[in-house]
Amino acid sequence: MIAKDLKKKLLRGMLRLRLIEERLAAIYHQADEIKTPMHLYTGQEAAAVGVCAALAPGDTVSTYHRSHGWYIAKGGDLNAMMAELMGKELGCSGGWGGSMHLLDAAAGVMGSSSILAATVPHAVGAALAFRMKGEDRVAIASAGDAAIEEGVFHESLNWASLKKLPVVFVCENNLYSTTTPLGSRQTSVDIYKRAEGYGMPGARCDGNDVGDVYTKALEAVDRARRGEGPGLIEVMTYRWREHVGPNYDWDAGYRTKQEVEGWMEHCPIKALAAEFPAQEVQSYRDEFEKEIDDALVFARQAAFPRKETVKA
Amino acid sequence: MKYSEAIRDAQAVMMREDKRVFLCGLGVPAPGRVFGSTAGLKEEFGDQRVFDTPASENGTLGLLLGASQQGMRPIMVNQRVDFFLLALDQLINQASKWKYMFAGKQEMSVLVRLIVGRGWGQGPQHSQSMHALFAHIPGLKVAAPATPYDAKGMIISALQEGGPVVMIEHRQLYEETQDVPEGIYRVAFGQAHVAIEGKDVTLVASSHMVSEAKKAARSLMAHGISVELIDLRSLRPLDIQTVYSSVKKTGHLVLVEGDWKPCSVSGEIIASLTERDPKIFEAAPIRVMWPDMPAPTSVALEEVFYPSVKDIGEACLKVLGRSVSMVEEKTEKVKFNGPF
Repeated sequence: MIAKDLKKKLLRGMLRLRLIEERLAAIYHQADEIKTPMHLYTGQEAAAVGVCAALAPGDTVSTYHRSHGWYIAKGGDLNAMMAELMGKELGCSGGWGGSMHLLDAAAGVMGSSSILAATVPHAVGAALAFRMKGEDRVAIASAGDAAIEEGVFHESLNWASLKKLPVVFVCENNLYSTTTPLGSRQTSVDIYKRAEGYGMPGARCDGNDVGDVYTKALEAVDRARRGEGPGLIEVMTYRWREHVGPNYDWDAGYRTKQEVEGWMEHCPIKALAAEFPAQEVQSYRDEFEKEIDDALVFARQAAFPRKETVKA
Repeated sequence: MKYSEAIRDAQAVMMREDKRVFLCGLGVPAPGRVFGSTAGLKEEFGDQRVFDTPASENGTLGLLLGASQQGMRPIMVNQRVDFFLLALDQLINQASKWKYMFAGKQEMSVLVRLIVGRGWGQGPQHSQSMHALFAHIPGLKVAAPATPYDAKGMIISALQEGGPVVMIEHRQLYEETQDVPEGIYRVAFGQAHVAIEGKDVTLVASSHMVSEAKKAARSLMAHGISVELIDLRSLRPLDIQTVYSSVKKTGHLVLVEGDWKPCSVSGEIIASLTERDPKIFEAAPIRVMWPDMPAPTSVALEEVFYPSVKDIGEACLKVLGRSVSMVEEKTEKVKFNGPF
């Protein structure tokens, strides 16, 4: 059973993330001030928020192109993210990274990368460094379901298991790689069961139930922290909007509107919000909308990087 | 000290000096100790800092880069360049981009040691140098030291400066000896070394080809030709200025490199000099490089594939407009014994 104050934290975390992403979707083309390929996290909030709630401040997350969720959930600075999306010098990556390459090392958000599974070994290496330095820290590698098809994912699991490192692999299975469905890409072996082949526990959780994600993540993280080795968590989730960009894409031909609406019906935020008074939820919304307004003002007012930083 | 011992010594002094440095790679603690270049390191520093790896080049490099994000200074050893090509995503897309992608707020540091094979039937997949491939990538530093002194000094520079560094070590240099200072000293990246001063022709070489070029220069000297030999040492950054100053003086340029011509470092040097001063050459420069095909295996074909000291000498004569029949060079037998 999850305590009420933790539930509140999880709800607030997901709601804040949802409102950030939905605001970005609304202004992306309309204002044309964000010129960077943006992979929105809407629908997947329970994954990053549930896992990050199970972490200590010193733990790290190495993540991928759908990066906003992990950056925000781990405590990355919102102003700096908005400035980054607008290509500004005060952006978290100085305007050189954009949406796919976010960094807030102080918050434990290691740089994210767009090549599938590329940062998975980075988390294993972080865990190796923690071990070498005698630090009580755990590293998270987050990746999508297509990353499981990359060789380096398997190399990383083997490494982590071989050295019994404090790292937890989180696979966000949203069923599609861009528009290619899981069944066209992988055998029918469940992703979480692949862990067994590497001698580590694997667990699947309901990505529309943040409590389930949190509980299973905590189990794996605690285990890793105790020095008992790595684990793999598969979060069954769904990306509501198109792979990249702000729109819904049920007319694109690879999935049906009914399928998308089915997942929306089981929205992770809606379910949890129903446990709180509507007025309280509304007050959180108002608080976050204001915070987003302020972050966008910050980003708009920030300067672009100096052109001299690009040399011939 | 042998080239292999200088490499070993550089790693040892840095591991003593800097707790962040550690070393791994397939076969690092194995009996051969990577041709002697990791001898005694496991014994001195223990298996937490000197260890073997799975045969997972990309995963291993990624892991080391992740460790470097937490402040470590890893060294990755690969017994052949060719196998390391599996790690190009981590090297090119990740390591070399990181500092730029994050505006200098986070940098990945790793020293990747790569060994080039040649001879004894190494064949097409054990003898590539890949100079041009690595030198093409912004964000990387690429060393190709030709001497024990430079090998040690460049390893120390790589580990002290940080950032991703590829060091290309030619297997046939491993037995070459030279006096090498004890302790810590640095050889900078991007600074070529004038190995022999001369006035008639500039001979530019790197890695193993420096020793071959030295032999050619000695032979030419006997025929009254003064060769200025430039050892590039570093392929990125590339020291165009030193080559420029030399060619400005000699007007003649021969480049000798263990790589293919298309898009090569040698081609880049000619292009850069031409951009700077199209009248610098008194005769068209000549590149002495590999035929445009993968390396063969048969000993009979290897002899044809790899440029000889005689080829280098004759190229110098040709660029000077001299008769090319005057260099008679007995090919010295290389000390390298197979199989690997």
